[in-house]
Amino acid sequence: MSIASKAAGVEFRNVSRRYGNTAAVDDVSFTIEAGTLVTLLGPSGCGKTTTLRMIAGLEMASGGTILIGGKDVTRLPATDRNVTMVFQSYALFPHMTVADNVAYGLVVSGVRKRDAAARAAEGLELVGLGGYGQRLPSELSGGQQQRVAVARALVLEPEVLLFDEPLSNLDAKLRRKMRDDIRELQQKLGLTSVYVTHDQEEALAVSDRIIVMNKSVIAQTGTPDELYRRPKNRFVADFIGGANLLDGELVARGGGTATVALGRLTLSVPDTGLPAGEVLLAIRPNAIRLRPGTVGDGSGDGIPVTVRKATYLGSHMEYGLVSEFGDLFVVDPNVANPVPAGAAALATFTGDGIAAVAR
Amino acid sequence: MRPRSAVWLALGWVGFALLPWFAGSGTQPALAPPSPGPAGSALIDGLTNGRWWLLPVALPLLLALAVTALPGLRARQPAVLLAGGAFGLAWVAAQGFAIGLDGWAWGWLAALFGPLPLGQGGYGAGAALTALSFLFLMTNGFAGLGFMKGDRFTAGAIGLVLAAIAAFVFLPVGYVLSGAGDTGTGGFSAAALWTRLAAPDIWRLSCLTEAKSCGVVWNSVFLAVMTGIATTLLGLAFALVAVRTGFRAKKLLRVLTVLPIITPPFVISLAVILLFGRNGTVTLGLAEWFGIPVSRWIYGLPGVLLTQTLAFTPISFLVMIGVVQGIGPSLEEAAQTLRASRWVTFRTVTWPLMRPGVANAFLISFIESLADFGNPLILGGNFEVLSTKIYFAVVGAQNDPGRAAALGIILLCLCLGAFWVQRQWLGKKSYATVGGKGDNGIPSQLPRGVKIAAYATALPWAAFTFVLYGLILFGGFTENWGRNNSLTLRHYLAAFDLSWGPSGLIWSGRAWGSLFTTIEVAALSAPLTAAVGLLTAYLLVRQRFAGRGAFEFLTMLSFAIPGTVIGISYILAFNQPPIELTGTITILIICFVFRNMPVSIRAGVAAMSQIDRSLDECSLTLGAGSVQTIRRVILPLLRPAIVASLVYSFVRAITSISAVIFLVSPKYELATAYIVGRVEQGDFGLAIAYSSALIVLMSVVIALIQFAVGERRIGRRTATPVTLQEKPV
Repeated sequence: MSIASKAAGVEFRNVSRRYGNTAAVDDVSFTIEAGTLVTLLGPSGCGKTTTLRMIAGLEMASGGTILIGGKDVTRLPATDRNVTMVFQSYALFPHMTVADNVAYGLVVSGVRKRDAAARAAEGLELVGLGGYGQRLPSELSGGQQQRVAVARALVLEPEVLLFDEPLSNLDAKLRRKMRDDIRELQQKLGLTSVYVTHDQEEALAVSDRIIVMNKSVIAQTGTPDELYRRPKNRFVADFIGGANLLDGELVARGGGTATVALGRLTLSVPDTGLPAGEVLLAIRPNAIRLRPGTVGDGSGDGIPVTVRKATYLGSHMEYGLVSEFGDLFVVDPNVANPVPAGAAALATFTGDGIAAVAR
Repeated sequence: MRPRSAVWLALGWVGFALLPWFAGSGTQPALAPPSPGPAGSALIDGLTNGRWWLLPVALPLLLALAVTALPGLRARQPAVLLAGGAFGLAWVAAQGFAIGLDGWAWGWLAALFGPLPLGQGGYGAGAALTALSFLFLMTNGFAGLGFMKGDRFTAGAIGLVLAAIAAFVFLPVGYVLSGAGDTGTGGFSAAALWTRLAAPDIWRLSCLTEAKSCGVVWNSVFLAVMTGIATTLLGLAFALVAVRTGFRAKKLLRVLTVLPIITPPFVISLAVILLFGRNGTVTLGLAEWFGIPVSRWIYGLPGVLLTQTLAFTPISFLVMIGVVQGIGPSLEEAAQTLRASRWVTFRTVTWPLMRPGVANAFLISFIESLADFGNPLILGGNFEVLSTKIYFAVVGAQNDPGRAAALGIILLCLCLGAFWVQRQWLGKKSYATVGGKGDNGIPSQLPRGVKIAAYATALPWAAFTFVLYGLILFGGFTENWGRNNSLTLRHYLAAFDLSWGPSGLIWSGRAWGSLFTTIEVAALSAPLTAAVGLLTAYLLVRQRFAGRGAFEFLTMLSFAIPGTVIGISYILAFNQPPIELTGTITILIICFVFRNMPVSIRAGVAAMSQIDRSLDECSLTLGAGSVQTIRRVILPLLRPAIVASLVYSFVRAITSISAVIFLVSPKYELATAYIVGRVEQGDFGLAIAYSSALIVLMSVVIALIQFAVGERRIGRRTATPVTLQEKPV
């Protein structure tokens, strides 16, 4: 007997969730392949948690169809879906021991007590908490409580395992470790997981695919790399990784790249199918380099700026710049020769880390 | 869904075809031949005795059977169940109300359809079961259509609570409204209603101009305002002493707050009579030493005001403790750092923050005073208030239910008005100054003048209260208080004597019968009250559904309905078919359940709000249904609230008087009603002995339960207070 996976895919077809006149989720469609970890990412109030709760059956869709493993579960209550969830608050039952907590789902679905206890022990072993079964949840640390919650959701061998901002109650160091542990466990067991977070770094780190949501609709879906390098719109470009957004003009396309004019400069960006005309350039903070001193050498590959603020952060420098195109935010790894605040400098653009999105 | 709907459907058929439809053979009209079937079910009765109107009940049952049994129709099952259940319920209700003991209940139906040769009795077991089955078929259908997140349990629970409140709160109140307009011949007329409502002895103001008594409304309102002011000031003084001074015996003050819960409301009156009555200790002492003539001054407004103030000060104290504790010390400390003196701080910060709470305490006392029945009954003399007037309109020589109903409407409007003001106006004005953050700081000391005033009012009053309770406990042992103060066990023997007869132990004391009935009723109603109350609380806190606000208001409304109005309304509503309950133990139990439910709801709501919602959701995603979630997760965490509502309902069922005095019968006499009867007969000794026995019994019960539960809770949960789950989400 060991904990296996019954991973199944999830599909949303034109799903909406309305409260009165306001839509929390508006006509959303996506597919999640079995055995992958997909993150729902977005700012608070974007509808990502509502989407997750609709997969769990804790919210009922107002319209559309939800399929899990090819079966229509739109009207099925949470109890009858084979989906489990790790809650933000962990939701460990305070009046039960750790072992009882983990065995709970098995016991209520009619598994014999002894079998349930054995499976629970196995689940605890899996998350590295063997021997903690007789403790009460309150006697565990935050990270351990988190593991109990994961074990409790795992032992039911769910078709889909949901995580609702699981790391938000942990400190930064533990967060990184738990995030890696969750990803490792998911890949080891081949689970289908849906993960909600508002932390884009966390999303990039754990996901096979990311669904970025904004204002009740999907802003973009893709792998972490796609979203970072080829954002489709201003929101995604800004939300993932952060970007300096400058007005530019797309002048030519061809060979998989597009040429965008920024003032006197011309820059090459990946071609995303945008037509020629006014576009928005999303320039990552680390795609700009500062060259101190000399201004106006006429080579045309830089723009003159004034350093407004320079912050030393050990591994890199952060600069606030003032330029003719507006304020720029720059992360520069060159800490040996920093440009002091108030100095004039030349900003150049590296090839990678620049994308054009619709204005 | 199918299995559970099938169970309810089967029960519906049992109720319709097997169980006796009508209650008791005594209600069978003489016109009809005795029912030929073994059970007299609706099916048999409808087919053989000519009660054709019972047969349409089968229609929804057949339809539901068809959609449940035939696979081809299953897709339509929810819709059919919803419609069929609604129709069945409506039909059962409509025929029950339309056809009474002697045919059509309303004249216009007879005019429309011609006379009906035979009538029918009240609902019996069969009708009740069938109606319940229809209710749950309907809610199952409702949930099956995807409402309530498809949760049958929630839908069923909401349906059940609504139906119960409709049947046992709103239906009776409706009867009061129509009863007040009764023309005497069974019809309703607005003129009759107006005549009764505007009767001069209710509204006249002659006491202002001449030496006559005023209308009973003014008496009641005047008394309630005076009681409200007195109890609020005393309660405030008590609270200030208990919270804001270094008073040593704070524990003793807290005992005060328990007293009104364990004391039947009229017991204070008995104690006051022992002191100030014609044979009272104080009266006799004054007569002996100062030659002040013995008089009956205590019987009337002064006596009632005194006893109500004594009885309700602890309630006001309890409210004011919360108010005074709720004022964050840091606010006062802030004021003091801004160079305000103690007195200025009190006047400009403390008092304005307390003001809404003070108004709240006043309104609560106001409502309590209006609804109080026992004290005015015993001490009122010629001073009539609404609650006693209602009682005498029914039981006295007048026997005029219409008049009682009209008085009931007025009392109800006064109480609901105060209740509405309390919720709407004060609900929005309260300053919750204690936030989630720890507000550490030391509560500032009271200004000297306020402190002296608080001590000077609270301490003598507390002493007075304790003296009265001492008198009650002692009074039962004297031969004849005031005249012959020799000690005796006579009264206790009369009440609680035991003797050995040929067939063993004989409960020969006169009080045993009512005591056993009381305990039986209390023990039966307490778990029901707790169950209904906590179920309602669960729905209110945990479920989101359309009309939740209205639902909450409806459930709390029954709290504001005075006991006398409940009593009169139950008599009017349940004395005749279709729901015939008077004289049974059932009506006593139902009465207590709906009287005490709001407190149970409040306890449940308070406790459940402490439990993070994600716990239930987690349980749901782990495959437990609503019922299992409640049983395994919510109930264990709610244990303190459950015990609180059990104890409260049990004790309230034993001590309350106002509603049940209308509903007791020779067969089912309750302790309080029996004691009041003894008082009216002038048998003070036995009444006092019985009252003290009740108080002692109640204290023991509370102490025992708190001991038992307290231990268990600590054993299980020391390390896991529920608050651990209150992390911000």
